[in-house]
Amino acid sequence: MAIDQETVARVAHLARLHISEEDGAEMSSRLSDILAMVDQLQQADVADVAPLAHPLEVTQPLRKDEVTEPDIREQALKLAPAAEGGCFLVPRVIE
Amino acid sequence: MIDLTLTELKDALARGDFSARELTAAYLQRIREHNGTLNAYITVTEEQALAAADASDARRARGEAGLLEGLPVAHKDIFCTRDVRTSCGSLMLDTFNAPYDATVVARMADAGAIMLGKTNMDEFAMGSSNETSYYGPVRNPWDTARVPGGSSGGAAAAVAGRLAPAATGTDTGGSIRQPAALCGVTGLKPTYGRVSRWGMIAFASSLDQAGPMAHTAADCALLLQAMAGHDDKDSTCVNEPVTDYCAALSGDISGLTIGLPEEFFPDDLDGRIADATQAVVRVLEQRGARVAKVSLPSVALSVPAYYVIAPAEASSNLSRFDGVRYGHRCDDPADLMDLYKRSRSEGFGEEVKRRILVGTYALSHGYYDAYYLRAQKVRRLIRDDFKRAFEQCDVLLGPTSPELAFALGSKKDDPVTMYMADVFTIAVNLAGLPALSMPAGFIDGLPVGVQLIGNYFDEGRLLNVAHSYQQETEWHRQAPALGGTA
Repeated sequence: MAIDQETVARVAHLARLHISEEDGAEMSSRLSDILAMVDQLQQADVADVAPLAHPLEVTQPLRKDEVTEPDIREQALKLAPAAEGGCFLVPRVIE
Repeated sequence: MIDLTLTELKDALARGDFSARELTAAYLQRIREHNGTLNAYITVTEEQALAAADASDARRARGEAGLLEGLPVAHKDIFCTRDVRTSCGSLMLDTFNAPYDATVVARMADAGAIMLGKTNMDEFAMGSSNETSYYGPVRNPWDTARVPGGSSGGAAAAVAGRLAPAATGTDTGGSIRQPAALCGVTGLKPTYGRVSRWGMIAFASSLDQAGPMAHTAADCALLLQAMAGHDDKDSTCVNEPVTDYCAALSGDISGLTIGLPEEFFPDDLDGRIADATQAVVRVLEQRGARVAKVSLPSVALSVPAYYVIAPAEASSNLSRFDGVRYGHRCDDPADLMDLYKRSRSEGFGEEVKRRILVGTYALSHGYYDAYYLRAQKVRRLIRDDFKRAFEQCDVLLGPTSPELAFALGSKKDDPVTMYMADVFTIAVNLAGLPALSMPAGFIDGLPVGVQLIGNYFDEGRLLNVAHSYQQETEWHRQAPALGGTA
């Protein structure tokens, strides 16, 4: 299936990526190549086959709801591109 | 000492032939001499390594030597290391210093291993040639005009080039085995869930698994012994007893049944690679193994299924890189949307963006059933093929890669051709099985790898088959002539 530049732009927005118009043509051609390869999946007879999300037939273990992690708030904030007053700093979102 | 295997180095340290400090210094010297050419390391932790080596020598003097005491290792730059940059090969994390060690890193350090540094890799482990790294491509020690494979290309090149005796890698679709094959080292992808992924930056969470890379199967057994086991911090890390992998290395494979899947020997397979693979089969037969022909018909669809499932999971995993909490942030964002979009577009390279877009598309409204759901159904068919095959045989064998190390730049702009580099390795990840690649000879001076696939949690048997082969052959002991004209 071919994926046009308009679709690339729509999907890029969903993925929070900016693809410039000049890169859009190249991207749409590469993505079309990939989707053409992926379309081989349509040959498979998967009627009555259940999807497999995870390779092992195990269930998620449960643990007691206890605090086990130390407080690393200061270290975590040090990693942030911008932080102030114990919070991550982003551009104003409410006028 | 740099031509010794990890197992030999362990014995030499125990005998006192040299100290951990002397050994570590020898590898740091090799790195200084050759990393400029190979680009195998992104970060070299010289000071920490020497301090850790001194501490290791002191522990040994007190009679407290651990399983990996004093042995230098290189960690793929996907494993978080406290206060040492973890870049994942990306500008996005160029300045990221994790506040903690990954479980794999911590376990190996607890066993006495010395970290030499962090190895280069394809960006976010997305690639089969190590050319997508923000830090530039790694070069193959056997021919520096060629790729080392990927994504654990730095790890494979470091071991092959004697810039480390052992390394950690990760494998989502072949990222341990394919570079191991192209660089002539032994690499094991364990069963999904065998090794903790806590602190290992996620690419595709239903596929990712960490494993060892070294010269021999015995070395990988030693490393896996330290790496494997349950971890409360990773809910996908299974709570199954860990085999004594080193004790599994009897070398005896009499009565073993090796399955040869016809799909791993297609008509268009490079005849030289097919011959090298058959030569391995003959050695194993001489050592008492039997051969059976098997078929894995759905494996033909493993590459397309993978290139839906892996990008879909990646598009979700990589949404955490938002320019807010850590990682790259663009200059002067106009608003929050601009901050997200420009930070991510600047921070990620082309291949990562392509895969995020494919994954987002495959998961988006109207396409989910046709792509993602269908790929998951095909995934079950592939898993069931392997289950049937393991009713007839103990291990499966075939070439690791359909080709030898290829020229740098030869596939860089053609993603679909690049994806086919993993045509023999990807099905194993979809099924969650363990598999290893071992050196099986040379063609035109370039290493060839053969892949062995085992049943779930049967790493001990896989390692023993490879060990048996390595008792009979010397391919794993060959060293490239670095600095020469080769």
